[in-house]
Amino acid sequence: MNASPGVWLLAWRRFERDRLGLACLVVVLMYAAVMAAAAAGWIVRDWSEEVAVTYAPPTFLGPEAPRGAPAAAAAEAAPQGAREDYGIPDPLAGDLAEIARELAGVSATETRAATLAFGADKWGRDVLKKAVKGTETSLFVGLVAAALAAFLGTLSGALAGYRGGWIDDLFNWLYSVFTSIPYLLLVLAVAAVVNQKGVLTVILILGLTGWTGIFRLIRAEYMKHKVREYVLAADAIGASDGRRMFVHILPNVSHVVLVQLSLHVVLFIKSEVILSFLGFGVGVDTVSWGSMLAEAQSELILGKWWQIAAATLAMALLVTAFSLLTDALRDALDPRLK
Amino acid sequence: MLAYVVRRLWQFVPTLLGVVLQVFFLFNFVGGDPAYLLAGKISNPAQIENIRRQLGVDQPYAVQLWIFIKQIASGDFGASWSTNERVSEIFATRLGPSLTVLVPLLAISTLLAMAAAMLVAYLRGSLTDRAIMIGCTVGQSISILVYILVFQYVLAYQLGWFPVQGWGVSFAENLLRYSVLAIIVGVAVSLAPDIRLYRSFFLDEINQDYVRTARAKGLSERRVMWVHVLRNAAIPIVTNILLQLPGLLAGAFLIERFFGIPGIGREVILAVERSDFPIIKAVTVYVAAATMIVNLAADLLYKAIDPRVQLK
Repeated sequence: MNASPGVWLLAWRRFERDRLGLACLVVVLMYAAVMAAAAAGWIVRDWSEEVAVTYAPPTFLGPEAPRGAPAAAAAEAAPQGAREDYGIPDPLAGDLAEIARELAGVSATETRAATLAFGADKWGRDVLKKAVKGTETSLFVGLVAAALAAFLGTLSGALAGYRGGWIDDLFNWLYSVFTSIPYLLLVLAVAAVVNQKGVLTVILILGLTGWTGIFRLIRAEYMKHKVREYVLAADAIGASDGRRMFVHILPNVSHVVLVQLSLHVVLFIKSEVILSFLGFGVGVDTVSWGSMLAEAQSELILGKWWQIAAATLAMALLVTAFSLLTDALRDALDPRLK
Repeated sequence: MLAYVVRRLWQFVPTLLGVVLQVFFLFNFVGGDPAYLLAGKISNPAQIENIRRQLGVDQPYAVQLWIFIKQIASGDFGASWSTNERVSEIFATRLGPSLTVLVPLLAISTLLAMAAAMLVAYLRGSLTDRAIMIGCTVGQSISILVYILVFQYVLAYQLGWFPVQGWGVSFAENLLRYSVLAIIVGVAVSLAPDIRLYRSFFLDEINQDYVRTARAKGLSERRVMWVHVLRNAAIPIVTNILLQLPGLLAGAFLIERFFGIPGIGREVILAVERSDFPIIKAVTVYVAAATMIVNLAADLLYKAIDPRVQLK
């Protein structure tokens, strides 16, 4: 007996032919692997270590002219000269010399790199490692918040679309309440009252405010599907409401959920960057692309462009790949839309 | 028509009530006791009790809700907690600068995006189309923050073409001097998503029968595109702009903040930073009301431009 290929296999075959889509999938999976490795602590566990000199430039630029050292030496030399002018022996001279020796010893043993592959920030932390750590934060927030929003949107959309009646009215009312406030304003208002930083807070803010788009689409799908023959057949064989909603209909609308999920990951990554930039996002103990951009704001004026470049590149590559992947997914899963 | 408008206005009531309840819930339950925020670090119980009485938060929740509804109806949200400026005063003085930036920004970005979208829709499937579309995707994937930081650094700080930030007294000076860079950044940011969206609107129209008819009767391509397609595609574009407007008013906060434009968006962000609840509450409720009214206006406009549209 020859089984006909399922809808997912057909979609995969369409997707396979899309070379750009495949390339984007590879990029996204690589980011996900980096996120998982960073979360597990296999890589960049030492991102907060101060391994280089302040604002060490990227290697290809070469080390910066050591401006700090001669200035410090001059400053040290000046008071000594002044003291000698008075001809009074300094009672602390011995101690000062010892401190100076110790300081010199410390800075000699703690060899800080003059350059790094992608430069260093104000505290001499590796920008590349920060960008990788930021990938972990930003992608994790995007994925989990999108999953939360998709879960809420799908559940409410299924209930409203399938049940109709007062449940539908209730969720529609909630929908119009949530959408009548512009999205970023709502996010900011929630951030203002929650007044607590952290990855979990950001996920909750984004997930709880971002379910509306998915709700609307899923509701429409359920209204369309609940009168189809296969659902009536399921009813005839005695399937319960819950079974019809989530076992029979849900697989048939899951492609909508998947595309929306992918779309919302992009939206939430962008929102997280803005929230963290403004200081309402992740705390100071971790790093996200948004907090890197916030630091880069003052660095740029000094001409230290590598942190903003690293954060922008890391983000642009992921978001571009994710957006193109979403387009490819939509084309593969819903060929009529093309 | 009148019956439709009345019915829609009637539907505003439960939605607006929902917005009020949501804002009330956020700021009176989730937000905690504002007296502690206001009293600051050095405070004693008597002081906190005093502030609670002043704000009315020592009242039962039902009374507080009633106070809030009265505030909305009268438009009097009291004074800002941090600057003691009247909230109505803040609105009145911040609207002008916001519009000074937003109106030219919208006009320029819409015209540019429409022109580009019409071009790529006309050349659909070609290399130009694909290149511009991929360029748009890449452009959209860069954070608005980066656009602002880089444009401000390069054009204002390094090249000195524009003031880095600032705001003057005269309208002409503000428009021609201080808001130019803000408008450029705003156009650069909104161009990519707008082109993508408008392209789909143009594509919808290009595939319609009337386009084939127009070509069949021998009209020039120029006339087909600029008269027939453009006028029909303009319908969803105009309504789309209208729908964006309330969100933009509050959503331009990043641009306003960076370029020192004393608009409503910057006020929102300052209020969020200072936990200045009266301002956030007022902005949220009024922007929600504005959104609903604009939605209705967009539907009516749609009907006015396109007689086929049925209002139900």
